[in-house]
Amino acid sequence: MYFASLSALWHMDGHGFYVWLSYAVTFLPVAIMLWLPIRRQRQHWQWIAAEQRRIDSRRAEAPGE
Amino acid sequence: MGSPPWFFRFSGAVVRWLLPLTIGLLLLGAAWGLLVAPPDFRQGNSYRIIYVHVPAAVVALAGYYVMAFAGAVSLIWRIKMADVTMRAVAPVGAVLTAVALVTGAIWGKPTWGTWWVWDARITSMLILLFLYLGVIALFEAYENKTAAARACAVLSLVGTVNIPIIYKSVDWWYALHQPASIKFTGESAIDSSMLHPLLLMIGAFYCLFALTVLLNMRAELVWNHREASWLKQMVRNV
Amino acid sequence: MSADIPLLSIREAFSRQFMRHFKALMGSPTDMANPLLFFFMVVTLFPMGLGPNPERLSVMAPGLLWVVALLSSLMVSSKLFGSDFEDGSLEQLAVAPYPLAILVMGEVSAHWLGTGLLLAVVSPLFGVMLGLPAHGLDVLFYSLVLGTVCLTLIGAIGSALTVSIRRGGLLMSLLVIPLNVPVLIFGNTAVSEAVSGGNPSTWLALLGGFAMGSLALVPIAISAALRVSLDN
Repeated sequence: MYFASLSALWHMDGHGFYVWLSYAVTFLPVAIMLWLPIRRQRQHWQWIAAEQRRIDSRRAEAPGE
Repeated sequence: MGSPPWFFRFSGAVVRWLLPLTIGLLLLGAAWGLLVAPPDFRQGNSYRIIYVHVPAAVVALAGYYVMAFAGAVSLIWRIKMADVTMRAVAPVGAVLTAVALVTGAIWGKPTWGTWWVWDARITSMLILLFLYLGVIALFEAYENKTAAARACAVLSLVGTVNIPIIYKSVDWWYALHQPASIKFTGESAIDSSMLHPLLLMIGAFYCLFALTVLLNMRAELVWNHREASWLKQMVRNV
Repeated sequence: MSADIPLLSIREAFSRQFMRHFKALMGSPTDMANPLLFFFMVVTLFPMGLGPNPERLSVMAPGLLWVVALLSSLMVSSKLFGSDFEDGSLEQLAVAPYPLAILVMGEVSAHWLGTGLLLAVVSPLFGVMLGLPAHGLDVLFYSLVLGTVCLTLIGAIGSALTVSIRRGGLLMSLLVIPLNVPVLIFGNTAVSEAVSGGNPSTWLALLGGFAMGSLALVPIAISAALRVSLDN
């Protein structure tokens, strides 16, 4: 580790604001970019599952078909 | 191969190990760049922004070529999967380009004293962002999504031919107008203690690119094939 | 195709398409005058916005003239294929037994002659108004002759891609402006170099190279884009 203390790491000789801001504006979009498609796929998946249950229950109600 | 059911199973297996690998590499690279690497003797600690700025820029540019390649495949062989790939790459590339631009601006403040400089590389990245936004907007504007994918393929191929010319012309333009006070080029030899975390981070961003594209494609495929029996079977078996 | 209709040679097909559009353009002088009027009015705006100081204007003149030329070319190109798409003649062209790229080039060259070349011919007048030194005027003309070829061809791609979209005008500028960046840089630098006593021939050569490359590749892109638009 290069920095002697946590506060030195935080300040980085006056450049801390820029460095930490850069990492924040990188990793926040990255996290959103990973999370959004996972959520979207899960929603689609659940929609399909719900559709199947609806079809199954309709079949169960009308066994004559 | 290349069929949606095969791709869905294959990409599922890939995502399962690529997701932890990517997150691990990103955290490792960030920790290395922030905590371990020594500061630059001219720029001090602000140079640590390089570990997010350069990988984002490199992968954003490579992403445009991936998109154009998928576009060419889609135009020539009419493979549906290539359309999905193209559609999945565009937003990832646009976000990475925007990240490179914003981190470049933040880096500019301690280095040049202003947030924005019409530097050759920043200007080229800005144009790349417009190219990505053009592809996304064109896709959204078409009603027929098959036609939309082919229109985007034509546009991204035209862009691919043009990108080297744009980069070269912007370089020359900048060289002609460069004010002497802000002669700043990072071309000097970089020490290996700084280079290794950078290479690691570039690798991590390539993994991130592949991962997000795969995730986007999977989400798109699930929706497109919601009526397909193979997918229904898969949902039932979970 | 019935046997009693003889096929035209490709050159004939091209020239018929060219003449058809050239006559249409000549028949509507306002379509040709509008971009020039736009150019004229924007040139009038610059001294009002930047102050009438002739020295300052003449320094900025190459860049200003080139940016306005780019915008006015963008404006006229956006409607290039609009009427053909609406009256269905584009569909006829697409199924005609001639290469669509060649037929489309007939139309684009007529369009360039009536708008791009005209703009280049008139541009020295606007150059004088903005205080461009006399030894820059001929380079302005040459750079715009070559440059409007590039601008028209790239604009034609944009028009072909957006012709089937209801409000495609704004989208078209997003698609086309980034692609036009090298043209703007080459053209503007050629004029600046001539004004400052340098050698503009490198930049004119680059512009010419870009124009030749575009002439070879862009027709393929336009015809592909038009076929896509017809499917939408």
